[in-house]
Parts: sequence; structure tokens; C-alpha cells
Amino acid sequence: MEQMIHFELNGKKVEKLLDPNLILLWVLRDQFGLTGTKFGCGEGVCGSCTVIIDNEPVRSCLLPVSDVEGKKVMTIEGLSQNDKLHPIQQAFIQHDALQCGFCTPGMIMNAYGLLLKNPSPDRKEILQGMENNLCRCGAHWQIIDAIESASKVMKG
Amino acid sequence: MKKENTNKTANLVSPVRPEIKRRSFFKLMGGGIFIFFNTWDPLELMASPAKKGKDDAPDFNAFIRIDENGIVNGFTGKIEMGQGPVTSLVQELADELDVTFDQVNLLMGDTDLCPWDDGTWGSLSTRFFGEAFRAAAAEARAVLMQLGSEKLQVPISQLEVKEGVIIDKNNQNNRVTYGQLARGKKIERYMDKKPPVKSPAEFKIIGKPHFRHDARLKVTGQAKYTGDFHPEGMLYARILRPPSHASKLVSVNTAEAEKIPGIRVVRDGDLAAVLHELRDKVDEAIVKVKAEYSGDDMKVDDKTIHDYMLNAGAKGDIVDEAGDLATGKSISKTMFTSQYRGPYVAHAPIETHSALAYMEGDRVIVRGSTQTPYPAKEDIASALKIPKEKVRVIVPFVGGGFGGKSAYQQMIEAARLTRLAGKPVMLIWTRKEEFFYDVFRPAYVIKLNSGLDSNGKITMWDFNVYFAGSRGSDTFYDVPHRRTMAYDEGNSAPKVHPFFTGPWRAPANGNNTLARESQVDIMASAAGIDPLEFRLKNLKDEKLIAVLKAAADKFGYIPAKGPSGRGIGIACGSDAGTYVAAFAEVKVDKNTGHVQVIRVACAQDMGMCVNPQGTKIQMDGCIIMGLGYTLTEEVLFTGGKVTTQSFSTYEIPRFSWVPKIETVILDRQNEPPQGGGEPAIVLMPGLIANAIFDATGARMYDLPMTRERLLAALKKV
Repeated sequence: MEQMIHFELNGKKVEKLLDPNLILLWVLRDQFGLTGTKFGCGEGVCGSCTVIIDNEPVRSCLLPVSDVEGKKVMTIEGLSQNDKLHPIQQAFIQHDALQCGFCTPGMIMNAYGLLLKNPSPDRKEILQGMENNLCRCGAHWQIIDAIESASKVMKG
Repeated sequence: MKKENTNKTANLVSPVRPEIKRRSFFKLMGGGIFIFFNTWDPLELMASPAKKGKDDAPDFNAFIRIDENGIVNGFTGKIEMGQGPVTSLVQELADELDVTFDQVNLLMGDTDLCPWDDGTWGSLSTRFFGEAFRAAAAEARAVLMQLGSEKLQVPISQLEVKEGVIIDKNNQNNRVTYGQLARGKKIERYMDKKPPVKSPAEFKIIGKPHFRHDARLKVTGQAKYTGDFHPEGMLYARILRPPSHASKLVSVNTAEAEKIPGIRVVRDGDLAAVLHELRDKVDEAIVKVKAEYSGDDMKVDDKTIHDYMLNAGAKGDIVDEAGDLATGKSISKTMFTSQYRGPYVAHAPIETHSALAYMEGDRVIVRGSTQTPYPAKEDIASALKIPKEKVRVIVPFVGGGFGGKSAYQQMIEAARLTRLAGKPVMLIWTRKEEFFYDVFRPAYVIKLNSGLDSNGKITMWDFNVYFAGSRGSDTFYDVPHRRTMAYDEGNSAPKVHPFFTGPWRAPANGNNTLARESQVDIMASAAGIDPLEFRLKNLKDEKLIAVLKAAADKFGYIPAKGPSGRGIGIACGSDAGTYVAAFAEVKVDKNTGHVQVIRVACAQDMGMCVNPQGTKIQMDGCIIMGLGYTLTEEVLFTGGKVTTQSFSTYEIPRFSWVPKIETVILDRQNEPPQGGGEPAIVLMPGLIANAIFDATGARMYDLPMTRERLLAALKKV
């Protein structure tokens, strides 16, 4: 049974008539054309589908869209403002913190969530905070460096 | 140089490809200056026999188009899956053509637009294709200079080029841009005589570190991978999958699935699929499809596979032989007999195999995540029983390949489904499908006997590899009596492997290097000689000696005979023409069996290095990815049933695993470029095995070196 789902998506209020059981990942990709959020495992294990919901990083591949009713959802597309990259995105470029790039949006969103909670993580806290996001290419060091340098820039 | 050819097809390179194809090609491509070059044979580019390419190859060989806005377009059948040709090939074009990095646009992996290519694998993009690309760019530059000379009415010798502007050295105002030369024209030029490429001393962009060209697209989520396209009317597909590779479909019942509103079921022989515009609905429907299967599984599993292989009666081929093993044995003071074993390993890219197929008139267009667009095109055509001209394959960004996307089953499936459905079909494999249909790195057994004399010299080497291939099995060490045998290499033994196997980042080499470097370490320890000194004492290969010394320097290695208790390991080897050596320090928790790699120093001689930054990233990536097949990665199975189905049971390296990594690229800019995407990964199993031995005295023979295996080995110390 379809119902009207309302939420805030990348700063804009949206509403859509949807089967409330549809998975958020596919709603974002197919209904809103936001394909930066990736399908990697569909089991909440790899982290490439990570989005921010009410300031928390969440795996969108297991989440029914009804769960975001009334909430604020941010995807990788919402991170840069008017073409101006977010410091984390900037840092990923400056540190070459990606190879194939498929895990990258999830990495960046998870890092964003991490820095919201802990604006000055030490390297150990970055490792712990990123531990459950998988990268197969082996860009880990550059990702850690990028997050560390972004945290410094964000503090100003 | 030949005279200008406008709208005329002179000097067709290929006698095979009809002219009409060229016309439609130009129609597709629009105006500008086209530079064709036929001075090299694409078959030379291939490490393997490129039989399939023969009739496809020699027409539009790697080519370049100069746009009216001065942008240089390079066309290549290579694809970008993370290893960085999207950056290094641009560097090569820019340098040869005297334009800036930003004036180059690279178009990759489109079988309608790009020259034929066998595939992006084997670390060939730079060492073979890149060289041809540079030659092409040099030709293009010569053509442009000729056109510029005609336009400016001065001899070529009086011209110079800066950032795509041809300038009269005697009159700086007399100038013309590449773009102006191209304006309003459609010019084809061909070169007879091959102009020389630049010498390393002339490089302005090659050899300088460049960050990824595609980074902005990738950090903003704008980079398009196969799954990110969504044409009007597209349907998602899920395909009914058998429980085992040995299963044969007997019957299908789709009644329950069909009750889901909007679900379409299609059947074609063994292919049964559900289609819906929503992904959730096909996921829901596919589990409601009931099927019966027949077929007997092979009586083998992940525990018994190695004995199974040894008892398979495989015939051996001699890979390398010198002296005489019996003589070697007779002059040896001590003999060492070892057996090394390893499991099937998955590629596990984060992007699963994906394909989007749709019809354009009577042509089938397939976007897909593959490393081999041209072979995919041919196989799609044969599967659909249509001429290959009716198939176009386009490869967008690929989310990791590592050899696993040399296979393209999903593209054939999507092509079949779009024909059946009459709609665009998107097929994105689930993680479980990815594990089931992966073409695994094959399991293997290596039997190795070696002998040592009383002076610490290796006297005899008897190396036998079963069912995994001989790449990297070179002895390297200076052994007078030696033989290397490979038993049923690669995929030639389908009766032994219960499923498909295929290339996995530096196929076979990591196993063979593990066996060699472990055995050398065993002998060094027995001889009471420091393992670096032992290697240098037994090596004559200058390149290996140089990388060993460079890595030792970087690491700050202090000699000691093993096991020293320090947890320091050494390994060296070669892959894809590149020589590589590394030192590592590990910490072993003897209570839990946990191995933490603290640091790795790695040195590489890869000949000319196009992009030192890209190379460093690849070395880091190899070292980190290599920790996985060293420590945890193992595909479990019973017969043709793959029981490893998820990242929760197939552990790949995570952030907490990564060691401090230092890299050295030896300055060899005057030598031909070699591979960079694979070499360092071949060292990791042997490197870590030797470090564990140095830490604990326990010798790890089998991969992966799990906690359980290490605890068992520690009991034997």
C-alpha cells in the first residue's frame, strides 16, 4: 500500500507517494536520481551506501524508506554547496584518497558523520570510526590522512 | 608524411574493415583533425595470443582527435577501474603533444569509438599501450606541425609549441592554435614515417606526480558506474541461480512470484528471470521462484581440495631447467622439503558485476563493468547469434576489477534479457551472486625441494606447482641444478576446479613467490646466515639486488639471523617486468594468533615511471590488498556449492590492519616502462610468513595464515 512519505533530502523538503517498505538506497537512486549512494553488498556490511540521517551515518541498503519520515537525509550530492566542495571532499582529492572510487561516497559520508560527533579525532579514533567501511583497492592510508586534514580545516 | 585526405579514404590500414564503417564512424565523431596511425601492430601489444583481435584490430588503432576548441581527445579501449590509466595516459598524451594536462580528454572503453583492445589486465596499460599511445601522440604532433607550417608559411624548424599553440620562433605574433587548425575541418592524416617520441630529458609532465584525474567526479558522487544509468522504461532484473555449479535446471515454478504486481517473468532455456521497474520488487520476487535441479557435486571441498589436486594425475610441463637435479642433490649438504598450499580467493570488488542492456534500432547496447569490452562484445554477439557489428559495449567507470571483471557473464545475461523483455534491463549482481560466479584465484599446491652446501650456497632447486600457474615461479637465485614444473596450468583443468577460476591481481605469482621466498628463508635460518645476506650471496640478478638494497635502506634494516624475535621479514620478486622487494615488521600475539603488520618498506624498479604518485598509490594498494589473501581470505565450498557468500564471512583488509608504508621507486627513466598495478602484491604472503617466522620461529606454509593456523604452528615450535 503506497503512502505519502515526507522527509528533508539534502536540505530540501520532499514528499513522494511510495510503498513504505521500499529500501531507502533504491529510492534515493531511482526515485530521486541520487546515484552517488552505492550498492555494494545489500547487507549493511561494506558501507558504500552510507548516508547521513539526522546527523548519524546510516547504511541505506537495509532501511525502509518509511523510517526516514520527518527526518533529514543527506547524501554525497548534498555535501557540496553550489559547486563548492566540502572540506572532506577537498581533502580526499588532495590526498588521492581513492582509486576505483566506488566506496568513496560511503567513506566520505561516514567520515562526515564521524567528524560531526568528534571534530578532532586522533588517528586511532579515525581508524575505529572507519573500520566498518570497506575499500578493496587499498586507499586506506590516504583516506585516514584526508580525514585527519579535513578535521583540521573544518576547525578553521 | 602524406598529403591531406579530405572525405577520401586513402591508405586504409586494414583491408578487412569496409569503408562504410569508416563513414559511419566519422558521422558519429563530427569534425576536427583525426590522426590515424598504423605504424604498430596491436598484436604486439598483447602478452597473450590475441587471436580474437585479428580481424578487428588494425583499422582505427589508438587514435587522437583534435577538436575545434583545441581539446586533444585520446581514444583507448582500456578502462579505468582504479589503477589510474585515466591519469597516466593523459600525462603521456599531454607531454608528447605539448599541451597542458587539462587540454586532454580521454575516452575509454567504447567499442564503437575506441581502437580494439584485448583488455585492461596484466599491468599492460602503461608498458605496452602507453608506449603506443605516446608514439601516436608524437605522430599527431608532427601532423599538427605540418599543418601549422602550411598555415603560418614558415618551415617546421622555425616553429615551437606551447600549451597547444604553434608559434613562429622569429615572430611571436605569427601563431596558430591546434584548435584553429581544426576549425571547420574534417581532416584525416596518416603517417608513414614514425617521428621519435620525446626523450626523458624533454619530459615536462611524464615522470611528475599527478593526482587522480577523476577525483572530483568520484568525491561528489557524479562519476557514473554501470548501475548509475537509468534510461526510460528500464527494468531491474534478478536471475534464478542454481545452488551449485554442478546443478542443472529441471523445472521452474514462477506462480508465486507472478502475483507481485508489475512483475514480469522471462524464460529462455536455463535463463529464468524476474523483471520490475523497482529493484525491491525483483528482490522480493526472485525468492518466490521455486525450482528443481539435478546434478551431482564433485566430492571435494575446501578441506580436501589439495589432496584432490595431488591425486588428479596431472601432467607436468617443464617451465625452466638447468643442470641436473640428481647432481644437485649429491652435492648438497642439507636438503629441505616443503609443501605450500593455498585456497581459492575471491576478487571481491566493492562494485558487483553490473550491466545495462538496451536496443537502439537493431543494435544491442551494453554498458557493463568489465575489464575486457572487446571480447565481451564478441561473446554477446555470439550469445545473441547476431553479427558483432550489431553490438556496442560501453564501459563507464568500473568499481574495482583486480582481474575478476575480465569475465562479463552479467553483460551477456543483460543482453539476452533486454531482447526477451523489449525494454532496457539493468542487472546488478548481489554480493552472493558475486561470490558464486567469481572466477576465483585458483587453489594450489607447491612442492619444493631444495639443497644447500656447506658454504651457504643453494645447490639444488626442484619446484613443482599444481593447478595455479607458473607466473613468478622464476628461481631468480643462482642455482646450478634446478627445475621448475607446472602441472596443468590455469584453467585447463576444469575437472579439478569445481568452478571457474581466472586471473586475480598478479595471477599465481603471489603463491610462487611465497614458496620461493619462504624456502630461501628456511635455508638462510638453517645456514645461520642473516636472510638478506643469504639472498645477496645467492643472487646474481642485478635488478633484484638493487631493489633489495633499496628496500633495506628505506627500512633501516639491521642484519640478524632468523628467527631473531624481532618480527622482521624479507621478500623479493618480479611481476609484469617490474622488480620489487620489501621488508616488513610484524607483531604476533602468541595467545590469540593475531598478526599486526607494523610497517612495510617496499622498493620497485619499474623502468620509466609515468606517474610517481599513481605508482605509490598502487604500491600501497597492493600491500594493503595483499594482507587479505595473506591473512584471512579463503573461499569455502562443498563441491560446486560456494558457501562463502558475504563480506561478513569473507574478511578483506580493514583500516585497523594497515601498516605504515614507505615506498621507493628506483630512478630508471631511461628504461622502458614496466607494470605497476600488480608487482608489490606478489610479495605479501612470503613477506609476512617470513616476518612471522622471525617473530616466533613458527613457519607458515599455508594460506591464509589464519589465527587458528598460526596457533597450531606455534605449538610445533
